[in-house]
Amino acid sequence: MILNPKLLFTFSPLHRLQWEEVQQKTVILYPEGMVELNQSSAEILELCDGTRKLADIVKELEIKFEVSNLINDVSAFLEVALENGWVTQR
Amino acid sequence: MTLSPPKTITPPRWLLAELTYACPLQCPYCSNPIDYTKYKSELSTGDWKRVLSEARKMGAVQLGFSGGEPLIRPDLVELVQHARELGYYSNLITSGYGLTEEKIVELKTAGLDHIQVSIQASTQELNDHIAGTKSFEHKQDVARLVKKHGYPMVLCVVIHRENIHQMPEILAMAEALGADYLELANTQYYGWAHLNRDLLLPTKEQFETAEAIAQAYKEKVAGKMKIYYVVPDFYEDRPKACMNGWATTFLTIAPDGMALPCHSARNLPNFECPNVNDFSVSDIWHDSKAFNFFRGYDWMQEPCRSCDEKEKDFGGCRCQAYLLTGDAGATDPVCSKSPQHYVIDDLLATARKFALSENEKPLIFRNSKNARI
Repeated sequence: MILNPKLLFTFSPLHRLQWEEVQQKTVILYPEGMVELNQSSAEILELCDGTRKLADIVKELEIKFEVSNLINDVSAFLEVALENGWVTQR
Repeated sequence: MTLSPPKTITPPRWLLAELTYACPLQCPYCSNPIDYTKYKSELSTGDWKRVLSEARKMGAVQLGFSGGEPLIRPDLVELVQHARELGYYSNLITSGYGLTEEKIVELKTAGLDHIQVSIQASTQELNDHIAGTKSFEHKQDVARLVKKHGYPMVLCVVIHRENIHQMPEILAMAEALGADYLELANTQYYGWAHLNRDLLLPTKEQFETAEAIAQAYKEKVAGKMKIYYVVPDFYEDRPKACMNGWATTFLTIAPDGMALPCHSARNLPNFECPNVNDFSVSDIWHDSKAFNFFRGYDWMQEPCRSCDEKEKDFGGCRCQAYLLTGDAGATDPVCSKSPQHYVIDDLLATARKFALSENEKPLIFRNSKNARI
């Protein structure tokens, strides 16, 4: 699946993104399965709320973490997220 | 003697709540114990709520409401609501029998995340024969309603010799119903399936043909429908990593409150599983003899003990080792390194003989008349 930078990202309604206190991790929950996320992946997914495009997500994270050049990392992860159905674009 | 490192106890992630053994269906591969009628008592609503709370506090997050048929419990909606408040991802594992649109909506409102509907075959005649109950059309309606109300829809079809030839039609049916996931579960031979093994176990040729069809379809529907293919381990040369290792991840609570490291463990001989009526879930998980019995690697015999693959498959399945060798501590005989691997060859040969003969003996359906007390 190819990421389209002109479209908005939304987290899938068929999955649930949730902070797990015991594991100290954010996880994606879906039928009979779970994916544990590292902090940066969780930060990206939390911004997929239907109001942001790729550039918006990159910009917000760059400001928040005071770094630059996140575009490649963020788009690589969002490609994986699209392939797994964790996010959709419209 | 070398000192072994202390056992590290990981918290449970998966809680299987078998709410009841009662079921309107009579599937001859049911994983419930063949003496299920012996366990008549069921936990109260309050007990279940306490169990859910305690396990959640320990870290359990995936919750399966199963049975029997969990819809029979009149407090299902209340338990779903409690689970949602605790932050579980809850799965209803159902035959769909008796599930109405009103109930589907009520469960959604209460916070149920997902409904898995089982279908026994791709035709009404075979479905209703295997289920022992007229149910095919209703199941299809339920699958559509589950989808309509925004749940991820998982269709589960248990595969065995009676339906394996329908693989192409089963795949097409799942796609036509709009399933998000299709679970093709090759029968695992415990409980009633163990009893009916000679009649349910497909031949190697049947397995290979069906698997090739399913794998090809997987690519065809990629991105649309996910296919989980549960492999039949009798045709493998290494055992499955059963339960991801004993008491590392999975916790099953049986209808009467017995806590099990796997849902077949109550059949192990002289093996006293603790009951949630007597102990907290945390005490059971950490301190009970049953949960510590096959935890880690110290219990292993050869060839597992010195095997460099033991951390991959944990010696296979304890219940299968018991059912097929009489010793729950033995290497799972599926492993080609097991000195008792010949039992697998023998049982495959026997099942094959039945498959090729004209007069098969009848299946033993799961019902109270056939239950062995």
